[in-house]
Amino acid sequence: MSAGASIADLGAALRAGTTSARELAQQSLDRIGEVDADLGAFLLTTPEQALAAADAADKGIASGAAGPLAGIPMAIKDVLCMEGVECTAGSRILAGFIPPYTATTVARALAAGALPVGKTNCDEFAMGSSNENSAYRPVHNPWDLTRVPGGSSGGSAVAVAAGETTFALASDTGGSIRQPAALTGTVGLKPTYGRTSRYGLIAFASSLDHVGSFTRTVADAATVLEAIGGHDPLDSTSSPRPLDGVRAGIGDGVRGMRLGVPSEYFVEGMEPGVEAAVRAAIAQLEKEGAELVEISLPHTSYGVAIYYILAPAEASSNLARMDGVRFGHSAPEEKSVVAQYLRARDEGFGPEVKRRIMIGTYALSSGYYDAYYVKAQKARTLVKRDFDEAFQAVDAIVCATSPTVAFPIGAKTHDPLAMYLNDVLTIPADLAGIPAISIPCGFSEGLPVGLQVMGPAWREDTVFRVASAYESLNDWGSREPALAGAA
Amino acid sequence: MKLTLEQVRHVAELARLGLSDDELEALAGELSSILEYIDQLEQLDTAAIAPTAQVGELVDVMREDEVLPSLDPEDALRNAPSREDGYFRVRAMQE
Repeated sequence: MSAGASIADLGAALRAGTTSARELAQQSLDRIGEVDADLGAFLLTTPEQALAAADAADKGIASGAAGPLAGIPMAIKDVLCMEGVECTAGSRILAGFIPPYTATTVARALAAGALPVGKTNCDEFAMGSSNENSAYRPVHNPWDLTRVPGGSSGGSAVAVAAGETTFALASDTGGSIRQPAALTGTVGLKPTYGRTSRYGLIAFASSLDHVGSFTRTVADAATVLEAIGGHDPLDSTSSPRPLDGVRAGIGDGVRGMRLGVPSEYFVEGMEPGVEAAVRAAIAQLEKEGAELVEISLPHTSYGVAIYYILAPAEASSNLARMDGVRFGHSAPEEKSVVAQYLRARDEGFGPEVKRRIMIGTYALSSGYYDAYYVKAQKARTLVKRDFDEAFQAVDAIVCATSPTVAFPIGAKTHDPLAMYLNDVLTIPADLAGIPAISIPCGFSEGLPVGLQVMGPAWREDTVFRVASAYESLNDWGSREPALAGAA
Repeated sequence: MKLTLEQVRHVAELARLGLSDDELEALAGELSSILEYIDQLEQLDTAAIAPTAQVGELVDVMREDEVLPSLDPEDALRNAPSREDGYFRVRAMQE
């Protein structure tokens, strides 16, 4: 047993006494030490916290009082705060920032017994689709080290894909969990908006930010959601709906289910190998007894344009707090407070963050607010309505997660718009707030392809049911990249 | 929508980003092409459509007005680049 196994298998081994939390923590840290110089998935490791949590977990397991994640190694995307551990959001402006509190999702995972092994690399303030916008270093895809892992949660995806940890917590605003999950062959879940608390998540776009997970299996995604989800009085958008029954459909198969296949999701520019893998996966679900229904989500192609107004607008407001007064990089040599702001923010933010702050500020500025911001909010209504109508006719929607496999590092950095278009298939679920998962569904040119399953709001159970049915038919998810230093 | 250098400079001031001339120039081109892409939203007839500000199901969440434990001032100040007598210290608004 190693950190690269599933939560379910490790939990069984821990209860059977064939491994210990201490051993798993050490294995995870050793694996990071072996392979992470090549991968760049971690910005820092927290061995002290991991080993202390492991000793507590081992005691809990011995006394029969262990939580559902007891003894399981966990990585945390560096946008989620953990008290006393540096949190940078991949940005220079927060270098050295030590949060005085812990994000609710992290606190709940810790309370359930998870072992925090470190903070994972990401695009600066979660803005990006390749992890190349990290101010610290790029992350390399373990399936081909010359390629990106996707983003913005590239470090979290790679930490799981390369067996450095068993699961990872992350955020998804326009696809930042699902797209890297697809590109690294892992399971990435974005729950319903309001299902998981955003307290302690460094805000990017508050109406679009979701906390979710990377795991190796669909059942593990349900286990993590049960542990971290549910109402939190510290986030007024978090829902009081209970999580009961969220895993009830796992193993039930898809017989009799109506699955929507949206024609708009087979977009121009989709790689043939991706389309072939996704169509084969959908055909397999039909063979298992699902009824396929051709559906239309007519506003899909507007998603990226809507997103690149709303997300930067919210970001420009949220990032106003990065002023070098209460925390973060400052410019003490400047003589006025405004000059300090100007300089601290120019020095502290990277090019993509500046670009988005500029777009957002422009869209919210006098004279353009209605033409851009309100227009995008209205178009968001149309995207949401597309889904509402589709879910009148189908139980879930199946499609690709990303139109391409992992692309070479540097291939798209010169063209912001080309980079934004990576998220064309993931943005709509964020705009509508509906649950969506990406699971491995094969390979194209030796690189992983992801199948996306979307469900109606609050129906993570349906998403898990379809995803686990597909997962049980193949072994894509259990394949491991060949890495130097691999055990 | 094509942005002029002057417009970009104005937006940078609003955003409190002290950008260099090179950065401003590059942004003028990049923002123009991004906004050109976004202009496709004009194709949508949204005259009768209400805007969506949030997709959660909760509205006006209230709680009792009780005093609860909150962040210790010392913890709140710990990350401050400059502090004095329990406050964040800043320069004057004007020289």
